[in-house]
Amino acid sequence: MSENTLYDKVWDRHEVTELPTGQTQLFVGLHLIHEVTSPQAFGMLRERDLDVAYPERTYATVDHIVPTADQSRPYSDDAAEEMMSELEENVRAANIDFADPTTGRQGIVHVVGPEQGLTQPGMTIVCGDSHTATHGAFGALAFGIGTSQIRDVLATGCVAMEKQKVRRIEVTGELDEGVTPKDVILQVIRKLGTDGGVGYVYEYGGEAIRDMDMAGRMSICNMSIEGGARAGYVNPDETTYEYLEGRDRIPDGEEFEELKSYWESITSDADADYDDVVEIDGDELEPTVTWGTTPGQGIGISEEIPAPEDLPEDKQDTARSAQEHMDVEPGDTMAGYPIDVAFLGSCTNARLPDLREAAEVVKGHEVHDSVRAMVVPGSQRVKAAAEAEGLDEVFKEAGFDWRGAGCSMCLGMNEDQLVGDERCASSSNRNFVGRQGSKDGRTVLMSPPMVAAAAVTGEVTDVRELERFEEVRA
Amino acid sequence: MSDDGPAETVEYVSGTGVPVRGNDIDTDQIIPARFMKVVTFDGLGEFAFFDVRFDDDDNQKDHPFNEDHFQGASVLAVNSNFGCGSSREHAPQALMRWGIDAIVGESFAEIFAGNCLALGIPTVTASQEDVEALQDYIDEHPDEEIEVDVENEEVRYGDTVVDAEVDDAQRRALVEGVWDTTALMRSNADTVRETAASLPYTDV
Repeated sequence: MSENTLYDKVWDRHEVTELPTGQTQLFVGLHLIHEVTSPQAFGMLRERDLDVAYPERTYATVDHIVPTADQSRPYSDDAAEEMMSELEENVRAANIDFADPTTGRQGIVHVVGPEQGLTQPGMTIVCGDSHTATHGAFGALAFGIGTSQIRDVLATGCVAMEKQKVRRIEVTGELDEGVTPKDVILQVIRKLGTDGGVGYVYEYGGEAIRDMDMAGRMSICNMSIEGGARAGYVNPDETTYEYLEGRDRIPDGEEFEELKSYWESITSDADADYDDVVEIDGDELEPTVTWGTTPGQGIGISEEIPAPEDLPEDKQDTARSAQEHMDVEPGDTMAGYPIDVAFLGSCTNARLPDLREAAEVVKGHEVHDSVRAMVVPGSQRVKAAAEAEGLDEVFKEAGFDWRGAGCSMCLGMNEDQLVGDERCASSSNRNFVGRQGSKDGRTVLMSPPMVAAAAVTGEVTDVRELERFEEVRA
Repeated sequence: MSDDGPAETVEYVSGTGVPVRGNDIDTDQIIPARFMKVVTFDGLGEFAFFDVRFDDDDNQKDHPFNEDHFQGASVLAVNSNFGCGSSREHAPQALMRWGIDAIVGESFAEIFAGNCLALGIPTVTASQEDVEALQDYIDEHPDEEIEVDVENEEVRYGDTVVDAEVDDAQRRALVEGVWDTTALMRSNADTVRETAASLPYTDV
């Protein structure tokens, strides 16, 4: 078993007791809720006549169903309006702080938590959403839970869990120009598999992680679940503390220093024991895209799509059906496959640095005639900050649709959906069949700059070759 | 289910089976997101595997959940990494409301397995070879009982006894009927307050 890792230390600090099942009752420092997975949990509480135990440690926003075009109430989608009203009523009755769209603080729950300083190192954080792992970027122990567990947390402030193993993922070296944290995590999942992380928490470290900003670390931790790991984290450091200082929920002065000394105390010791250690050579990575229908089916942009028969036996059937669905041929590279939609958004990649990097690529270009392209900022604050530095103009001038904040086309629960068999260059996290709202839709996962490049050329493109590509075509 | 009373025990599930083959079957397949625009779990059963069961015109496609001889089945047999993807409890809720009481598979995604436990649905694992043999058996014998013995970690059918595994905490929770964690944890409220007070971030 692991010892003296951040995971061990945070776990120990939050352990309430051992339950008769052998599970640990773990105190929850921050419970984030949204409209899709919480209403049934509040319903269960009402059935049992229970109150929310720690409303002050609970925070709500609305993201999955919120429209990104016309947000006036009532929403045109009756089901969305009903879910929103239900959440409003639940948080009002329980006295829970709610970042609704009128506050200017609304957004995707995993963007909102960090940007307001709700997310802090050394906390336990849960949310009824599998991408809760995102908050691990701050050195929090953060994981997704189901609705019955949401009921548990609402009623008791705790969650029942078994302790997991810790795998250290060491990303060495320096990422090349055009290579992003998204490429790192897609390669991690490719290497370790979509179920390689089952039973593990991932600790990401090494030079490449150390040199990353918080947005990049969040992109990586975010997709831990796509690798089967329920949680992933990065040890907090100066980059973390600088990001946090001055945010709404972060105290200043002496109180900040006190908190910081706690944050420093829970980082993994230099001689910590891990259950497993894996190394990834960051120097070797190139922009990475998926060719299939699981996030583990990724390749470098210059690599050939594998023939199913060349894959391990247990991956062959999945690969065959994935290639049929995606309409891609083994032996091709993904570069050159036409796209119909470009989606820049999601809790993986819709923070200000993501939008900046994409805008840098878009500048001076136009969205290809055959492509509908949209930018969905991760939160109202990201949107406002992007507008303050003129990024919206860059996107709009190029022909992108500039939307309001929400989960949007990542999972197609609002009106932002693929139609028919459209192929989408997407900065989101899942390429499952049907994920983006059309069961015939085809998702190609990639980084924000790669989405921008694909939007401009109308095909999957190596962003590092965009200028040359345009010259050749001209 | 009352707050203070014990949850029922689930030592054993038996019923006819239904095989759903394939690795990495994700929660978007089990219940597409558009069916989650609801504020209760009622009625989700009919949407289980919806997009792989029906075409655009709502005509049935080839899928075990559509086949007459699998109607009424309660033991689902699946392959590896079943239930990967989102944390939506809507997925096991949909399966449960379709009629599934136990799942036997090569492996399960963690959040999915946890959600199943919260509903009292065992997620039992067995080797690839044993699961494939079980799936073939069910295809040939859709009317035969499959016995999932949680307590003894066995799956039995015909003359075959399969060595299966049930996660320790899951087995204890189901067999002893302590999977209603709300009531369990509520009884420790004082200790919870002490733990909370000991954390440096709770007083700011």
